[in-house]
Amino acid sequence: MPAPRPLQFILDGELVSIPEPTATLTVLQYLRDVAGRCGTKEGCAEGDCGACTVVLGEAAPGGAIHYSAINSCIRFLPTLDGRELVTVESLAGPDDTPHPVQQAMVDQHASQCGFCTPGFVMSLFGLYLNRSDPDRAQLLEALSGNLCRCTGYRPILDAGLAMGSYAEPARWSREDAQSAARRARLEPLVSAPALVTGDGCYFAPKNIEQLAARYAAAPDSLLLAGGTDIGLWVTQGLRELPPLIWLGEVRELRRIRADEQGLWIGAGVTITEAWPALLQHWPEFAEQADRFASRPIRNSATLCGNLANGSPIGDSLPALLALDAVLELRCGEQERALPLSRFYIDYRKNALARGEFVTGVRIPHRHADDQVASYKVARRHDQDISAVATTFRVRVMDGVVTEARLAYGGMAATAKRATVAEHQLTGRPWTLASIALAQAALPADFQPLTDMRASGEYRLRIAAALLERFWREMNGEAVRLPAAPVAAMEQES
Amino acid sequence: MSVGQALPHDSALLHVTGRAQYTDDIPLPPGTLHAAFGVSPVAHGMLQALDLAPVLASPGVVAVATSADIPGENNYGGAVHDDPVFAERELCYTGQPVFAVAARTHEQARRAVRAARMQIDEQPAILDIRTALAQEAFVLPTQRAQRGEPHAAIAGAPRRLSGSLTIGGQDHFYLEGQVAAAVPQDDGGLHVYSSTQHPSECQAIVAHVLGVPANHIVVSCRRMGGGFGGKESQPALIAAAAAVLARRTGRPVKLRLDRDADMIITGKRHDFIADYETGFDETGRILGLAVMLASRCGYSADLSGPINDRAMFHIDNAYFIEHLAIVSHRCRTHTVSNTAFRGFGGPQGMMVIEAIIDEIARALGKDPLEVRQRNYYGGSGRDVTHYGQRITDNPIGTITSRLVASSDYHARRAAVARGNAAGGTIRRGIALTPVKFGISFTSTQYNQAGALLQIYTDGSVLLNHGGTEMGQGLHVKVTQVVAAELGLPLSAIRITATDTSKVPNTSATAASAGTDLNGMAAKAAAATLRERLVGFAADFYSVAPEQITIADGLVTIDTKQMPFSQLAREAYTARIPLSATGYYRTPDIHWDKHSWSGRPFYYFAWGAAVSEVALDTLTGESRLLRLDILHDVGSSLNPAIDIGQVEGGFLQGMGWLTSEKLWWDAQGRLRTHAPSTYKIPTARDWPAEAHVALLAAAPNPEATIHRSKAVGEPPLMLAISVFQALRDAVASCGTPGARVELEAPATPEALLDALRRIRSAT
Repeated sequence: MPAPRPLQFILDGELVSIPEPTATLTVLQYLRDVAGRCGTKEGCAEGDCGACTVVLGEAAPGGAIHYSAINSCIRFLPTLDGRELVTVESLAGPDDTPHPVQQAMVDQHASQCGFCTPGFVMSLFGLYLNRSDPDRAQLLEALSGNLCRCTGYRPILDAGLAMGSYAEPARWSREDAQSAARRARLEPLVSAPALVTGDGCYFAPKNIEQLAARYAAAPDSLLLAGGTDIGLWVTQGLRELPPLIWLGEVRELRRIRADEQGLWIGAGVTITEAWPALLQHWPEFAEQADRFASRPIRNSATLCGNLANGSPIGDSLPALLALDAVLELRCGEQERALPLSRFYIDYRKNALARGEFVTGVRIPHRHADDQVASYKVARRHDQDISAVATTFRVRVMDGVVTEARLAYGGMAATAKRATVAEHQLTGRPWTLASIALAQAALPADFQPLTDMRASGEYRLRIAAALLERFWREMNGEAVRLPAAPVAAMEQES
Repeated sequence: MSVGQALPHDSALLHVTGRAQYTDDIPLPPGTLHAAFGVSPVAHGMLQALDLAPVLASPGVVAVATSADIPGENNYGGAVHDDPVFAERELCYTGQPVFAVAARTHEQARRAVRAARMQIDEQPAILDIRTALAQEAFVLPTQRAQRGEPHAAIAGAPRRLSGSLTIGGQDHFYLEGQVAAAVPQDDGGLHVYSSTQHPSECQAIVAHVLGVPANHIVVSCRRMGGGFGGKESQPALIAAAAAVLARRTGRPVKLRLDRDADMIITGKRHDFIADYETGFDETGRILGLAVMLASRCGYSADLSGPINDRAMFHIDNAYFIEHLAIVSHRCRTHTVSNTAFRGFGGPQGMMVIEAIIDEIARALGKDPLEVRQRNYYGGSGRDVTHYGQRITDNPIGTITSRLVASSDYHARRAAVARGNAAGGTIRRGIALTPVKFGISFTSTQYNQAGALLQIYTDGSVLLNHGGTEMGQGLHVKVTQVVAAELGLPLSAIRITATDTSKVPNTSATAASAGTDLNGMAAKAAAATLRERLVGFAADFYSVAPEQITIADGLVTIDTKQMPFSQLAREAYTARIPLSATGYYRTPDIHWDKHSWSGRPFYYFAWGAAVSEVALDTLTGESRLLRLDILHDVGSSLNPAIDIGQVEGGFLQGMGWLTSEKLWWDAQGRLRTHAPSTYKIPTARDWPAEAHVALLAAAPNPEATIHRSKAVGEPPLMLAISVFQALRDAVASCGTPGARVELEAPATPEALLDALRRIRSAT
């Protein structure tokens, strides 16, 4: 490991250097309790309400700075290393002129109690820096992680629609956000050696060799990717964590590659970055992508983290199970590939060996005869954990199902395929009658639990109902609720 | 004139820049300690032994406090003294505070409480309303109200039906959790910063708990991050516990509940069940109605008495029910003690009658709107409520007809029916529901308010009143009133934290009455000062008082003009007092709880909404597609603020009736205690098409503040239209006349259950 050095990041144009950061101190705790910046609020300390939203700027390849809104309440402070932190206090102009995002919120009467407001301002600000003229769907996507209990949201949406029409501010215009001065402040930080804290409790390897060597040497360390679950172990579970190894700086793991074997997504790629790549090949996932957690969670969380975490209610799991995805694993110098369908052993237990980690996930090419749909059923459209999530893929040739993948989350201790039902469908004509046979087989595949989200009985009923929805949708029927604008997922500029 | 203008919230700029200071943001002296509660792990049990030695030994811990450490009375119940700050022997719900710890940091306190060792003799627990009813476990005596001969009227009616309705509770989910900081003063006093809708009660309870006179305690609150009723009685618990620890350690103590603790420890909206029987005629007119209401009050009374009373008061909603009997049970359960929540029992009462009206309409094959209109108050002999209050101002006919036209209700209803008849898995539903909501505290004594207004010699004005700001825009409205009265620009008036040392003995900012009461009190204070100043100027300049005007900060005395600051300075020099109090009590209201009759409400606020929904009949998922609202706020003091209350209230009500499900497990543990499991609406739930309007040219006939009407609570109940629209969509899957059995909240699972029932009955 490199020698310990201070954590360094930029805040309001100044270098902040913290010699001995606590590995699990959250950005929110730092802001409120250490820096005395109380504009950023704690509403839930679990990444579900957005009152703590801040924006992070990161030097991206090619000279741009990439800005994204994240939940500061579950983000550990050392992960700010080499980045620019932007909080609600940062936005006003040199003469205290409010930023257009702030002025639009005032002009539209978009705050009542005001407690959620800094979070909304920062989510809108993240959107403002990335889009000059957002539409309603993009606004909803950007605000999917922010709860307001007072306004009914209408004036906040109106503020978002209006913010682009204000004069460019002196500070934090889109141009200023990409200025050479900002880039120049970040660059020396980015080129610093990998961060190791003095207590050894945090290490952010910069390349895969550093990672592999360290994890092999210290296999009791905890691998941290987006931290959107691990953060809660600390803020909710009050757990003491083993030394952390952060994947967010490992350059090889932040890549997305398409080649003859399919699509490869590295273990450091965020959900926000991963979906557009997937949607290029599987546009059927558009609604699933839009409904996956929330924008600030997607900006922190990684696709492979969702897979490796292995929660039975992780929404990407059924999708990648249905696509026959393969995990690529590494342990020290040893590498192997493992089909995702063989990765999950039991509740939160997986096939990783001690010291082994996921480097990426490979998703095979699409077959021309594949029909795919992905559904999520939850109490709320946005930012909700699924009662049931599914992805179905059937290959239909000459009216006959030649291959069926019926993958479910929320139905068992792990995400899993309904192999009995798949078997029922395979080789049969692609008809509602065959669907009925698959539906009848589901109780042999699943005996779901009852909890606060749904009863087991309801889960089983909709697991079957979604098969019917799948068939009807593939046959051209309108089966989705109208008027839920879904943002087109594309890479933001 | 500032009154009537769509002015921004007084703190809007502070909100958006992050400068607005909430209780947790207030800088406290070095050495401030942070507290956390240790709580009961069981729903019901007897505490045999409590070992806090491991807690005291935890890192950072400075002190612990239990019931034995309370110098005064161990109670924070305002009405009935049945709410211990710390449980003594009997543990009454999972999450009930048993002790508190003060530590150097918030995290240390949270960690330390988990080290407590409790020996508990677990007892059987009552966890739901039906069980409490069967055991006759009540926190307060059952109330009954009757008019006419309902049972005979039902028996003799051409048509009858009976049924039940289950209505869920609701967590407030104010974004700012409960928090208080108690700072000892040098003379034995205590300053408490509290996020509270009721500083005076908080002050009284802290004084009682500490065993000191009320004049030793100051409670102040500049703003809350949302209240919604959840910070009416509950903050006294937080403040009292912080005060006990501050007294014990001699150091400032802050107690901030994290979200999970907040949701587990503090009360919620009461869930209700209703059993009803009604008789009606072929036109849909209700001839007689008998209703049993039962609510889950939790382990103690709290505000359950007036909340359940208000459910009884609003069982009629906008309908004249000549023969009516109501029985209201206030059930004791081993769950958290439920409390005030926007609407205060009214919404639950209205839900019942709206479901009954809908059932009658379906039984008769009529448009439910027709049955609603058939039963509206109005016409000779049909204008007196079941509690004897005459309805003198009734715009519901006007509101309904305007809304029917503006929403194109009839054509859309026909289109919905046509679409549903064509089949498919996605169905639609549409409904119009009215709201009539009584304005005043039903406990007459609370309908009073005070204000303190101070003019400084530079002409600047400092305003203080007894109301609290929780986001509803009370402060900007009261400032507008004072600005208008004094003839000053809004910028000349500064409003400060609500503070029990400035205006004493205030009522909770609740019952939608904040502006009605405090606006009038502040207006009275302003009028006093204005009269003094004008009287002084008339003397000083030897002109008649009528020749003096003050407008936009400019004083005109006959032909002479001067800035207001000059008048203030001259008045001071002449030794004219420049501060005044104002006071107001609501006139004409009275209530006799023994005969259950009187005029409990000064007036009614009215409104109506049309909601159109889509329902996925495969999964039970639903979505609000279009919303039309016409709401009566009298002459609006501030249309921007009022629209905000209408829209926000509506969506909060929609959350209550659709996605916000509270779920306790078989051991009585609340399992929906965080936003990950408890789902309030998000931005996407606001419908893509919405038309929200205030009823125009409708000044309040009563002499309220500038003829405005209260707006805090009534709009929440506009959301009943969503629930009724969902019933309409479910009905499309049954044969005509089939009953819709849908419980609230109408989650996807509840809707799929209702669909299954109507299909199997068909």
